[in-house]
Amino acid sequence: MSQARRREFFSGIKDGIPIALGYLSVSFGFGITAVSNGLTIFAAVLISMTNLTSAGQVAGLTVIASNGGMIEMAVAQFVINLRYSLMSLSLSQKLDKGFTPLSRLAASFGITDEIFAVASGRSSDVSKHYMAGLISLPWVGWALGTFLGAAAGQILPEKLKAALGIAIYGMFVAIFVPAARKAIGVLIVVIIAVTASCCLKYIPLFSGISEGFAIIICTVLAAVIGAIFFPVKQEEGGTEE
Amino acid sequence: MTARLLIYIAVMAGVTYLVRMIPMMVFRRKIRSQFVQSFLYYVPYAVLGAMTIPAVFYATGNIVSAAVGLAAAFVLAFFGQSLIVVALTASGAAFIAELILGWIK
Repeated sequence: MSQARRREFFSGIKDGIPIALGYLSVSFGFGITAVSNGLTIFAAVLISMTNLTSAGQVAGLTVIASNGGMIEMAVAQFVINLRYSLMSLSLSQKLDKGFTPLSRLAASFGITDEIFAVASGRSSDVSKHYMAGLISLPWVGWALGTFLGAAAGQILPEKLKAALGIAIYGMFVAIFVPAARKAIGVLIVVIIAVTASCCLKYIPLFSGISEGFAIIICTVLAAVIGAIFFPVKQEEGGTEE
Repeated sequence: MTARLLIYIAVMAGVTYLVRMIPMMVFRRKIRSQFVQSFLYYVPYAVLGAMTIPAVFYATGNIVSAAVGLAAAFVLAFFGQSLIVVALTASGAAFIAELILGWIK
């Protein structure tokens, strides 16, 4: 690597450190949730290494645990991760001339809310070496945290494990509560999603709907209503997670 | 690991990758539709809300300790604490509730 390329790479590594630390803790919760749903440590880590996304992976666990269909799995992942399309699209404008089709194929794997936010916050265009550095540590942190959580889930005492099972939901709350406090649209969307999710779970009429499809229905319903009644301004498509 | 689990993981990883990859390879311009932008903006919050409630009440195996943990998470999140602080406090509160419930029984 030339001097400039190395500098770009390590600049990305440096920017990735805080993301990696955050991922280490979020994926710890995922690891625990995964083994408590009956997955092995290896399966949990394999999911994290190949998916690199929190909400999609938890929804995936739900489908696996309820023995859902493959179409259900595919549609759930598509809807929940659809926001990455917007981020990829937006980031594709910011890639410098050194980006080959092959490096686009590689970099797109690492588009997450946080990585997108950092990359698009750069004042200049981003190089492939910068993106490689930026994605590396968060990916390692995500896989490592999953491994530690899954391993801990197998050795920790029952009460502590039970208490840690709530950690991933705590993180979800930490994402949507502050956003709902700031924007009325987000508040309404969350209330609709939660209400719909409770209706689908407790009203006997809907008992035939599997859990994966329930998440899809709630998400699309709430987000469509939000988009109709509380449209957001342009350029606000990227969100923090 | 069963073949079915491997297929689940392959479907998850494949769809998630395609969703990220195709726009970066194909499109070179931004989405202009305000409706689509707004929809995508709200999707994460809708997903997280729907996945959290009511599932969180069954996450600890005891509805009371789960409710205590969730309440703690709400309060800290409302006051803008970081992800890790909210998550660990929720777990801590649920753990203490489990211990107290154990003594009462």
